Amino acid sequence: MGMTMSQKILAAHTDKKELKAGELIEADIDLVLGNDITSPVAIREMGKIKADKVYDKDKVVLVMDHFVPNKDIKSAENVKTCREFACSQCIEKFYDVGRMGIEHALIPEQGLCLPGDLIIGADSHTVTYGAMGAFSTGVGSTDMAAAMATGKLWFKVPGAIKINLKGKPGKYVSGKDLILDIIGRIGVDGALYESMEFAGEGVAELSMDDRLAICNMAIEAGGKNGIFPVDEKTLDYAARHLSKKNRGLFGENADIEEIKKGIGSVVGKIYEADEDACYEEVLDIDLSKLRPTVSFPHLPSNTRTIDEAEALKVKIDQVVIGSCTNGRISDMRAAAEVLKGRKVADNVRCIVIPATQEIYLQSLREGLLEIFIEAGAVVSTPTCGPCLGGHMGILADGERCVSTTNRNFVGRMGAKTSEVYLASPYVAATSAVSGFIAGPESVM
Amino acid sequence: MEAKGKTIKYGDNIDTDIIIPARYLNIMDRKELASHCMEDLDADFSKRINPGDIIIAGSNFGCGSSREHAPQVIKDSGISCVIAKSFARIFYRNAINIGLPIIECPEAAKAIEEGDEVEINFDTGDIKDHTKNVCFKSQPFPEFLQKMINAGGLINYINEK
Repeated sequence: MGMTMSQKILAAHTDKKELKAGELIEADIDLVLGNDITSPVAIREMGKIKADKVYDKDKVVLVMDHFVPNKDIKSAENVKTCREFACSQCIEKFYDVGRMGIEHALIPEQGLCLPGDLIIGADSHTVTYGAMGAFSTGVGSTDMAAAMATGKLWFKVPGAIKINLKGKPGKYVSGKDLILDIIGRIGVDGALYESMEFAGEGVAELSMDDRLAICNMAIEAGGKNGIFPVDEKTLDYAARHLSKKNRGLFGENADIEEIKKGIGSVVGKIYEADEDACYEEVLDIDLSKLRPTVSFPHLPSNTRTIDEAEALKVKIDQVVIGSCTNGRISDMRAAAEVLKGRKVADNVRCIVIPATQEIYLQSLREGLLEIFIEAGAVVSTPTCGPCLGGHMGILADGERCVSTTNRNFVGRMGAKTSEVYLASPYVAATSAVSGFIAGPESVM
Repeated sequence: MEAKGKTIKYGDNIDTDIIIPARYLNIMDRKELASHCMEDLDADFSKRINPGDIIIAGSNFGCGSSREHAPQVIKDSGISCVIAKSFARIFYRNAINIGLPIIECPEAAKAIEEGDEVEINFDTGDIKDHTKNVCFKSQPFPEFLQKMINAGGLINYINEK
């Protein structure tokens, strides 16, 4: 019996040649990630392990992104705990205000994840890096502590759902619409304990930003990980975003084409699912048939097409464009395309959050920030803030928000009677100028 | 190992934002944190439970965030076990890692009602509903996980190795 792509990566990180779904294994970890919410607990737990030092200071990444810039004294204390830990452990990959970005946008951008890597992070959206052809999954703080101390972690080998893509998506249909559509079909536990492995000719039609957004929300279907095969686009992205250390391996004069050839051999490793790999379920999706999609309260699986949503004339109070799902440069460009020359509707607050300093700067250089501000939106420094009801855009009783984030549970963004509607940047920006949920075709 | 208590019953997809809203995640004091357990769904939760009480829930319990604060506040509230039709995977491993007993048993999760007196034997996997006088059999954990649970969680397990 063949193995899935995920199983192959897991196997390569153990001393076993073959793995079967359901098997319990201990695997070597390439990267351990934590944020300002989960790391303080992990640091406390690591103190209980008989280990003074992290297993490899270059393989631990701490990103301060949830409640930063510090929203209150408690948050400041937590970040201080992380800062002091990073200093005492000589961890260089500590990203504080000024260097930080939303972790799942920052790590691919900084070249810290490569095809074939096994990555764990104390944040459920760690699944994002599957877009790079890595096995990447979210865990808790105690797992993070164990991985920091030992470089190893236990896993139950997942089975998989294969998602076969064909066709080309329409102009205003993004990776976000695809993943919302999938969650709507299979439900919030449709991929429970499973890998979501994407395949088919349609993969080539999806940009890296699309793939990152898709894998990011694999957890919203209960998935253990989401993963894309490595193709020309992955290699190009990896080559352009290589870390400084890995860049050094290619020599000073190496050009992008040379580096691309070395992804998979000099750095990273490329895995493919076996032809006879076993899948629990196969889902066929024609990208050309997808419509912009919106998840209504209070589950990501409660989806409607934009056509159904528009007909309901859902009046809104706030729009958030950003997060680890949709805070990347193509998301900023999509929002700006809609907001250019238009105004945010009366009684709507529109909050735009570029996910990293680099995306912020790029948006500035392309004139996108000017478009946002002229439209009446506000632009924030990178933070997870409003997505999880932390700060920078909390909702009052009964308020409604169209958000490019990833969860719309009860009370997720504020008061327990508030409502969150998940959508793409195109839909969120159009809703901001319309005052109710609307798709880009209604204004463009 | 055994657990005995009255049950509190919830539905499907009880998410981590319901178990412990993110606005409290900067609280490091565990007692203070636990006082907010389930508050957006069940405002009186922390007042109405007694040590040893058992949560019964539907499918996908603990879905959403990876926050370990979720099983921790349930444990610190005095809940002795969660029985559900199914658990979200990160919640499942977090619960085992921190030593909160959880049992996946769709039959028990369906039949047991709020307020029933329930007794659980973790070694045999037997779940007894004394109120209804019925017994359910759950799958015991694989040996590897049982060892970790017996050690009291992942940290102790590593230290003992």
